[in-house]
Amino acid sequence: MNEAGGNGGDRTASLPVERHDVVVIGGGPAGLAAALGARRAGAGDVLLIEREKCLGGILNQCIHDGFGLFLYKETISGPEYAERLIEEVAREGVSVRTGAMVLDLGTDRVLRVNARDGYRLIRAGAVVLAMGCRERTREMIGIPGPRPAGIFTAGSAQNLVNLQNIRVGNEAVILGSGDIGLIMARRLTFERMKVKGVFEILPWVSGLERNVRQCLKDFDIPLELSSTVVEIRGRERVSAVVVARVDQDLKPIAGTDRLIPCDTLLLSAGLIPENELSKRAGVELSPLTGGAAVDESFMTSVEGVFSCGNVLHIHDVADWASFEGLTAGRNAAEFIQGKRGAGDKVRVGAGAGIRYALPQVVRRGAENVEINFRVTRPTRGTWVEVRGVSTGKTVARKKFPRLVPSELQKILVKPAIEDDLEVSSHD
Amino acid sequence: MDKMRRPSDSETIFDVAVIGGGVVGCAVVRELSRYDLKLLLLEKEADLAEGVSKANSGVIHAGFNVSPGSLKARTNVEGLGRIYELAVELGVPHRRTGKLVVALGDEDRPRLEELKAQGDRNGVPGLEIVDEAAISRLAPGVLGRWALFSPWSGIISPYEFTIALAECAARNGARVMLEAPVVAIECRPDGFLLTTPRGSFMVRRVVNAAGLFADEVAALAGIADYRVYPYRGEYLITDKEAGAVLSMPVYPVPPRDDSFLGVHITPTVEGNILLGPSSDAVEDKRDTATTRAVMAQLKSEALTLVPELGRFPFIHSFAGLRPKLTDPQGRVKLVDFVIEESRVRPGWINLLGIESPGLTAAPAIAARVAEMIGARENWREKSEFEATREPAPRFAHLSDTERAGRVAGDARWGEMVCRCEHVTRAEVETALRNPFGVKTLDGLKRRTRCGMGRCQGGFCTPRIVEIMQKEGLPLAGMTKRGGGSDLFKGRLKS
Repeated sequence: MNEAGGNGGDRTASLPVERHDVVVIGGGPAGLAAALGARRAGAGDVLLIEREKCLGGILNQCIHDGFGLFLYKETISGPEYAERLIEEVAREGVSVRTGAMVLDLGTDRVLRVNARDGYRLIRAGAVVLAMGCRERTREMIGIPGPRPAGIFTAGSAQNLVNLQNIRVGNEAVILGSGDIGLIMARRLTFERMKVKGVFEILPWVSGLERNVRQCLKDFDIPLELSSTVVEIRGRERVSAVVVARVDQDLKPIAGTDRLIPCDTLLLSAGLIPENELSKRAGVELSPLTGGAAVDESFMTSVEGVFSCGNVLHIHDVADWASFEGLTAGRNAAEFIQGKRGAGDKVRVGAGAGIRYALPQVVRRGAENVEINFRVTRPTRGTWVEVRGVSTGKTVARKKFPRLVPSELQKILVKPAIEDDLEVSSHD
Repeated sequence: MDKMRRPSDSETIFDVAVIGGGVVGCAVVRELSRYDLKLLLLEKEADLAEGVSKANSGVIHAGFNVSPGSLKARTNVEGLGRIYELAVELGVPHRRTGKLVVALGDEDRPRLEELKAQGDRNGVPGLEIVDEAAISRLAPGVLGRWALFSPWSGIISPYEFTIALAECAARNGARVMLEAPVVAIECRPDGFLLTTPRGSFMVRRVVNAAGLFADEVAALAGIADYRVYPYRGEYLITDKEAGAVLSMPVYPVPPRDDSFLGVHITPTVEGNILLGPSSDAVEDKRDTATTRAVMAQLKSEALTLVPELGRFPFIHSFAGLRPKLTDPQGRVKLVDFVIEESRVRPGWINLLGIESPGLTAAPAIAARVAEMIGARENWREKSEFEATREPAPRFAHLSDTERAGRVAGDARWGEMVCRCEHVTRAEVETALRNPFGVKTLDGLKRRTRCGMGRCQGGFCTPRIVEIMQKEGLPLAGMTKRGGGSDLFKGRLKS
């Protein structure tokens, strides 16, 4: 009774084990694409598992447009984007199980899956992790005060507003300038809620600049940078928040407190890749991304387990999560076909001005490797360089007119990689 | 909730009314439900355990921290002798973990010896002083030169314990009424007339277990002997991933003034780890706000005992209040529990100042209350008394074959509602049909763990809202914990 978080232990002998070539966990923009990628690369039996009742993941609640520009060369809404991927998945003959949640993933690629039609064990030839992310909560941010109703993460509020027609409050303050928060500022305004301001602790915006323009400026919603909520007020329902300016170390500056009456606080202060299953499978995580450390094929440290989308690292555009999914799925198929040779690996590190670089490892000798990276702060006219750590040789170099932490960037390393690499930026 | 109100309520004369649905009040009413009595429990909040009982360390104390001869000491040790068996009877998650009080250097060893001697005098079984090697064997990762090891200490879910006691009492015929604050009391020759917004009730005897508000309740009956002072204790709670780091509660050597036990680190029955509590006198008996300064202090103090905890994220913080009888200025120094019949109001039993170790002591306090009045009145034990309560099964705790069997029998066990704590729709629906009609989000959380995980309800709240509507609860009636804690402000479009 008291075995905390019991997961079934080892008493599995009496349950039959179902087998599939490639199992994709998560049916959002990355997972749908991964299933497609795996089928197109010839995997015979691809199973896509989604915990919600329908495929699409978080796209289903993203009723605004701005999706598909890169994948479909036009901008469409989240549900439309999902619909196109779902149609392709159906055409390609992917098996789909919705309303099914993977509760455990063993180091042996055995999954425990629960669904209304049964609790099952599934052994996968290869697994693609595409579980997405969760939002930082009040507790992770550490906002003191009492515990009233009226505090929502932006994504939960988006679900309640867009999918359940619920008025989450009347007057809101938004903490954090993540994209979902910006989108919700506009959404709530459309629904005749008063958005009293968006407060961002950093000196720059976390979300995309187009969202600042289209969601805040166009609606005269105030945005204050280097400011944060230092206290919540209200015993039963939020009655106000106290905001303050912060110094360079992000510590509140005494005397800058300001009380803003409101009944709702929305939090859009960061996303966390949801890697609980990955950890159970023994996948090594990167402290910089919160996701798996992967090689150029998106394979994790566990053979046959791949990762893509927001569970790997946080994306600003769904299309990139899908592109990653296509690649990860293709590689998963190649893995079960025995096309991927083993080989030793070199490391890819983040140097000056770079928050992280991904993949974190590359097979020695690999060519045309695309490296994703994010910068630590906004800069202009910046050279980004990829250098061999021991040789000091520059293997890729590119000038970016403008770099911001909110936008994921890529740089291509064409020559065969023989040495540990480091990505760095130079103003 | 209305279905529980029978038309005869106003005519019934209750033998005993217990005011306060915390662990003490619920233990009392459960104990009294052994007898052939008409019992009433009145709780002002929308659920049981909404006050002191929900926000504490959940530690089963062995009884070495309390002065020999005191009521605290006697009820603690008596309570220890009952609580494990009771937890089994009621199906409450608990574990006998043992506990360490750790001295970082040799200079604190005498203090450990004092504690041990005090515990020995109180009749605490099995206490021993252990050295560094034994500490790392008993609780790897814990720093310390010497420690007092108490093998009979343990942990229990304090709110589940409270709810289980009330459910057992209700099963044996006790009436449990929520959202029923006592707002007026009329003292009559044959008893007391208690007025609540849910009706007035004539009762022959009253047990005042109103915790932080016990002084105010007593004052309504004209008893002005005591005042309760709230002392706030803030806590942080880690992700379950940290659970493996700590096998048992670890306490520092307590401060000399015995004001509290010091910031300690406690595993919970579900595998999280609690850091805390602080201790600060506050003005307001409802002030359970957390503060930036204390949260920072908790982290640093806890890390000196268990450095490894630094690796794990905190998923929640909260504050509880201690109902003390000692005022912050030190003018009134009453450190013991008050368990007594009022001199001015015969038939009125006051239970005041039940702070730590009240959770462990509650079953013993309940037994004393029953003795105090029962012996005098020749109460008759019911032959049909049911000592047990069937706990709701938890999907997360089932084996693979049990899970497969459940889902095959009822598809709702296959529908996951809370992804962090692995709670199914079957569990949520069962909890929403609880015997007291509690339908608050916090009430559901305490019964199922929905929302207690790392996403803190971000994903499951929208699903729960859908289920609540299907269960007939209108959007306007959805609250976090009753009163004005409404979750939403209506529909967007009709």
